[in-house]
Amino acid sequence: MGQTLSVRKLEAWYGPNKTLKGINMEIEANHVTAIIGPSGCGKSTFVRCINRMHETLPGTKVIGEIILDGESIYDQDPVALRKTVGMVFQKPNPFPSMSIFENVVAGVRLNGQRNKQNLQAIAERSLRMAALWDEVKDRLNYSGISLSGGQQQRLCIARALAVEPAVLLMDEPASALDPIATTHIEELIRQLRDNYTILIVTHNMQQAARIADSTAFFLNGELVEHGATSEIFTNPKDKRTEDYITGRFG
Amino acid sequence: MKQYIRKYKNWLMLSVFVAATIIALVPLFGVLGYVLKNGLGALNIQFFTNLPKAMGLSGGGMANAIVGTLIMVLIASLIGIPVGILAGIYLTEYDRHSWFSTAVRFATDVLTGIPSIIVGIVIYTAIVLKMGNFSALAGGLALAIIMIPLIIRSTEEMLKLVSHSIREAGYALGISKGKTILKIVLPTAAKGIITGAMLAIARVSGETAPLLFTALGNQYWARSLNEPIASLPVQIFQYATSPYKEWHQLAWAGSLVLILMIIIINLAARFAFRSRHS
Amino acid sequence: MSKKLRFKTSLGDQFLRLVTFLMAFSVLVLMAWMGWQMFDAARPSIHTFGIGFITSRVWDPVKEQFGALPFIYGTLMTSLLALLLAAPIGLGVAIFLNEMAESKFRAVIGFLVEMLAAIPSVVYGLWGIFVLAPWLRETVEPGLAKWLGFIPLFQGTPVGFGMLAGGLILAMMILPTIAAISREVMASVPNMQREAALALGATKWEMIKVAVLPYAKTGIMGGIMLGLGRALGETMAVTMVIGNRPDILPSLFAPAYSMAAVIANEFTEATYDLYLSALVEIGFILFGITLVLNFLARLLVWSVARGPKGGNLV
Repeated sequence: MGQTLSVRKLEAWYGPNKTLKGINMEIEANHVTAIIGPSGCGKSTFVRCINRMHETLPGTKVIGEIILDGESIYDQDPVALRKTVGMVFQKPNPFPSMSIFENVVAGVRLNGQRNKQNLQAIAERSLRMAALWDEVKDRLNYSGISLSGGQQQRLCIARALAVEPAVLLMDEPASALDPIATTHIEELIRQLRDNYTILIVTHNMQQAARIADSTAFFLNGELVEHGATSEIFTNPKDKRTEDYITGRFG
Repeated sequence: MKQYIRKYKNWLMLSVFVAATIIALVPLFGVLGYVLKNGLGALNIQFFTNLPKAMGLSGGGMANAIVGTLIMVLIASLIGIPVGILAGIYLTEYDRHSWFSTAVRFATDVLTGIPSIIVGIVIYTAIVLKMGNFSALAGGLALAIIMIPLIIRSTEEMLKLVSHSIREAGYALGISKGKTILKIVLPTAAKGIITGAMLAIARVSGETAPLLFTALGNQYWARSLNEPIASLPVQIFQYATSPYKEWHQLAWAGSLVLILMIIIINLAARFAFRSRHS
Repeated sequence: MSKKLRFKTSLGDQFLRLVTFLMAFSVLVLMAWMGWQMFDAARPSIHTFGIGFITSRVWDPVKEQFGALPFIYGTLMTSLLALLLAAPIGLGVAIFLNEMAESKFRAVIGFLVEMLAAIPSVVYGLWGIFVLAPWLRETVEPGLAKWLGFIPLFQGTPVGFGMLAGGLILAMMILPTIAAISREVMASVPNMQREAALALGATKWEMIKVAVLPYAKTGIMGGIMLGLGRALGETMAVTMVIGNRPDILPSLFAPAYSMAAVIANEFTEATYDLYLSALVEIGFILFGITLVLNFLARLLVWSVARGPKGGNLV
């Protein structure tokens, strides 16, 4: 089941640059929330703070609170946290040294699960959830990078799901894919919503309109507006939001 | 008129470069050719099975030298490869940009440029003198010192080629940094690292100078690692500089075997472990 | 409420970090240790002979008189000779391979040039003794004596073994280094430069002269210096053909002696401490020279090619 996220007064730096200037946001469970905004607005940084990946880069700093299901993420072991908060990246990144099967179960196996049957069950379940099972079930031992771009991304999604996270962060997951693969991914996200809390960063507003329950608009490190997707796109409250949506800048 | 002169100059200079390449390749074929010609003639079963015979007698071999080289290269690899790879991992995965890693890289560079005979001197004064005898261990250690910086360099280069996105994917799955390095990054870079190790092995197999006063040489089988031991390059040197024709022939044969060994390792490293670049 | 647990990285992770750190640290220790060992062993000689060690021509183990000048001379002369030959030819090969040859041809010939570097020093020496030296003695040196004998460089009896042989064989050995680094440096010249020159109507040579070489100049210099560094330390091949006589003579035909060669030949015969110490001091000087040279060379190479490359080539 998904979990709620509360973000309070989140500020983040990358070196001398302040990339997030105080974000306050409530993210609903079992919901798809899209994060839109022009490049450099801080949406990637924001999302990477939630699974504490931002702090793995040198020269970064984070202040503020992020509460996941009642508990602050900064009170947890970051490694353990990342099992609860999964991430899918912009460019598909399956592990080159592993087969499809090994890729899917990588997170589970490297964290202790050794039983072969369990692993196979987990792999099948995850690949089905990622709508990839039928395409790869006969070649699970092929290299992870032998798949097409869209398939690789679904493999990465399966890999993230195998760890059974509560929250799934997706940083422009379809931007490197062709339109057909993009459609598959979007379909997948709609199906996953019931069981996960999904945050998807996207520069494609139509995509946000298609799949997100709510949308947040970021600009220059600030959260400008956050609300139901239909509201944001038809009746934005802030002028900046309106300008962005109507294409006056972007 | 000017156009004609420019064209002529162009043709002239380009021919000069072609000529330079031909000149550069002549010694290659010269050396390999003679080694092949003279070495093949003296190569026979006895070469691989017999110990050296006294001067003037035919039928001697270099069995002990071949085995000695294999043993010392093995010792060097057992020490040098782990140290090199682990140090390379530290410099890439844990500490890329501090003054400490800069210092270590500088030291690695220094060690790469040291004439190999200097390594021999150091091991002699530090180990041979202290232990009171020449040994295969001392020779292996000298070769290890030569290997270490080579392997650090190539390991670093190969690890840097692993896209950072792969590491992030590992962390994002809740895999600790250590496990990510060992089970994801290292296997991804494995082919390149192995290639680097093999090239380093090929390189030290041919080294003579560092063995001259560490392993010394031996006309017989060494009974333990704590004794002087023969090696192919040193034996070749001793035979080549001797006055005996039979020994000269053995030197050619030994050179042929040594070169073949090195070329095979080189080719295997480059082709068998070619990484699939997109 | 929230548990304030302290989250240390797992034991395994800490162990890995520690072990890799120790290995990296050991490289620093190794370098310092080697420097110290050499200095310590050379101390008696440094103490006894002082600066005179570098200026004295006398190398007499029997009388316990040790001066390094003949070896410094031999090392420098053979290395210089090697550079004079290998630098232009190596550069020419690099230009041919990078700017002229087509890809398959380039791969094959490039591989062959690299093979030159894979041949062990002792095999070059063997070939030098039985092929190069006789050839020099019978053909080349008499020829040089006949046509250029008025220059002191080419006077004296052709023996085959000597300065010329040493220089030639070193040239063969450092050529791959110079070629490889020059290639890398030239490859890092952005294609835009080449295209700009060609678009202006330059011939291929003019393009190379104007767009590639000036950009690569510093790096090529660095490559040449690295080649020099390699030549200075080269031991076996030189020992086998240089004649091994600690004399300082003007002729290229004359036998000579290099620093590495005297160490290789006499180390195991050094029967008393001062003798050994003198040999170690020669090694120490050699170490110092190659250190400084390599350091400067790398600065030059790094400034052009991206980052610290050229490592596997030295």
